[in-house]
Amino acid sequence: MESIIHYSPYIGWVYPNETVVEWSIMIAVYPYLTGLVAGAFTVSSLYQVFGFQRLKPVAHLALLTSLCMMIFVPLPLLLHLGHPERAFNNLLTPHWSSAMAVFGYFASFYILLIVLETWFAFRPYIVERAQKGNGVLATFYRVLTLGSYDVSEKALAYDRKWIFWLAVTGIPGAHGLHGYVGFVFGSLKSREWWSSDLMPVVFLFSAIISGVSLLIVLYVLSCKLRKTPIDVDCVKGMAYTVWGFIMVTLALEGLLFANIVYKAREGIDMIIQHVTGALLIPYWVLQFGVGAITPLLLLTYMIWRGTKGKALVAGVTVSACLVLLSVFVMRWNVVIGGQELSKTGKGLLYYHLPLLGHEGMLNAILVMALPFVALLGVIRLFPPWDDHANASSRVAS
Amino acid sequence: MTNPSDPSGKARRAFLGRLGGAAAACTGALVGAGSLGTVQGAPQGKEHPAAAGSLPMKDYDWTKHRWAFGVDATKCIGCLRCVEACKRENDVPGTAHHFRTWVERYVYLEGEERARIDSHQDPVNIAASGSEREYRFANRYQDAKVEKAFFVPKLCNQCTHPACVQVCPVGATYQTEDGVVLIDHNYCIGCRYCVQACPYGARLFNEDRGVSDKCTWCYHRITKGQQPACVEVCPVGARVFGDLKDRQSPISLFIRNNRVQVLKPETGNAPNVYYVGIDKEVS
Repeated sequence: MESIIHYSPYIGWVYPNETVVEWSIMIAVYPYLTGLVAGAFTVSSLYQVFGFQRLKPVAHLALLTSLCMMIFVPLPLLLHLGHPERAFNNLLTPHWSSAMAVFGYFASFYILLIVLETWFAFRPYIVERAQKGNGVLATFYRVLTLGSYDVSEKALAYDRKWIFWLAVTGIPGAHGLHGYVGFVFGSLKSREWWSSDLMPVVFLFSAIISGVSLLIVLYVLSCKLRKTPIDVDCVKGMAYTVWGFIMVTLALEGLLFANIVYKAREGIDMIIQHVTGALLIPYWVLQFGVGAITPLLLLTYMIWRGTKGKALVAGVTVSACLVLLSVFVMRWNVVIGGQELSKTGKGLLYYHLPLLGHEGMLNAILVMALPFVALLGVIRLFPPWDDHANASSRVAS
Repeated sequence: MTNPSDPSGKARRAFLGRLGGAAAACTGALVGAGSLGTVQGAPQGKEHPAAAGSLPMKDYDWTKHRWAFGVDATKCIGCLRCVEACKRENDVPGTAHHFRTWVERYVYLEGEERARIDSHQDPVNIAASGSEREYRFANRYQDAKVEKAFFVPKLCNQCTHPACVQVCPVGATYQTEDGVVLIDHNYCIGCRYCVQACPYGARLFNEDRGVSDKCTWCYHRITKGQQPACVEVCPVGARVFGDLKDRQSPISLFIRNNRVQVLKPETGNAPNVYYVGIDKEVS
């Protein structure tokens, strides 16, 4: 007897072609990365556009984080495609009725926007380095000046104007990019778990909290590594941002689920069975309990008690890590969880993530690590630190 | 075994044995012809077929036809010749997870409110056939009291408003003038958005070729005046195919003479496979 390959075990009745879960971990990694882009850009914009001075120490770091994440956003998609060499067909002959068709243009536009804003933000530094030394690195910076060495107050004011308007354009850009990712799922009528008008906003708000949380972790970690004092006001500012947005996220995610249950359309029995079975831990415990309610309570407690200094930094960092976990699990629950619910409404599939292979766990970890490796390099070339901002509110790291 | 009223399946097999001669010969001939998805007489250029005013084939004008498909579930005996013929005719991967067409079995047991549903991809059925490449319904209800049972063949519905065409980001999948939804395998990027969008689970992903795939109602055959392979081999006439623009075609008569229904009409896809004799649980 030949070996029987059974890709995903199931219970109940599922269509034969459904036994292969076609969108796997790479499709969960993709919205996670775009979410981090949107969230990090939000932090940068809160300073650049809305003048949140306490976020100044992380404003440039946010921009670089956003850039490094964005560069790698297409990677999980390319790894997932059956024909990655045809990916440019998306740009050459976009089929406008498809929610996916605009991705190429949107992503290209956004990368260009972040690159431009980064250039303006770091132009004084680039000019300074270009004028020092004669090595390869100095040549690199000289090329980056694009021939503009003017760092007079007038020129810098002009730069700031550009930064402001790029950041203003980037806010709808970043949020549109991520809201659109939610639309890719929410607009499909074939799956009850996805088909919701709330999906784009759920993706958007969870993106914001994930990006801000990432910056909290990166900022605290960088201060530890650089042995520089941590700006508590800055951490507090980001904590407030997470605290505010996490409540909206929780409300939206709760509403999303409540809508499905309350409408109770065909297949609801399977959905209930799924969220009380295989999704019990990832959905209720990790996404809601550990990753959203716990940090919300922790942050609320610290704000209420007026926690200060190192205790605040520790509490906020722990909360941020939990939020990062929660948002990734949310992506997983949407992408994989949705496909585990059969289109028949009468069956459940059980997806098991392989360790190796094209779309295995190791590849996914690698894809998620690459933006951080890139960030390490970019930070060395363009130091984003502002150790003199908010000097009065710093504590030893 | 396929028919709960014939637990041993011997009668059916004997019956099929008699009928099978013609059907098997037909299947063999199809495979032997070696057409496997290519269209004889079609120019070898790389232009997108949909870009032309009509399909670039000699002696075929897609504006003169409107194809449709009928399934009479009261006739289907679950012999699965259609599945085998389709796999061979269209070079569909020989696994239990890739089908352009399949057959579902609905069994209501005494005392149970909901049907037990399975198909030939079910591990129990694969174990009964001994191979993923051979299709059979296991005799799993021989000791149970069956109140009602029937088979339902499934295939692409070639919807009038196909969700798969809507979501394709590059336009690799498109609707022909005669109502069939096709895929340009040389243009598909393999994103599988169409697989997700199809509410009927009719689309599959061919891992070997890196592209999406689906039933085309054997477009390479019907444009030459032949029947789809599954229709051709069905020993009981459960599958009906024809041109809606011809009032006397089998499908026109099927729709006119029966009270037909379509699957999941609430999706707004407006499917073009018309069913007779299905039950409330079929979706």
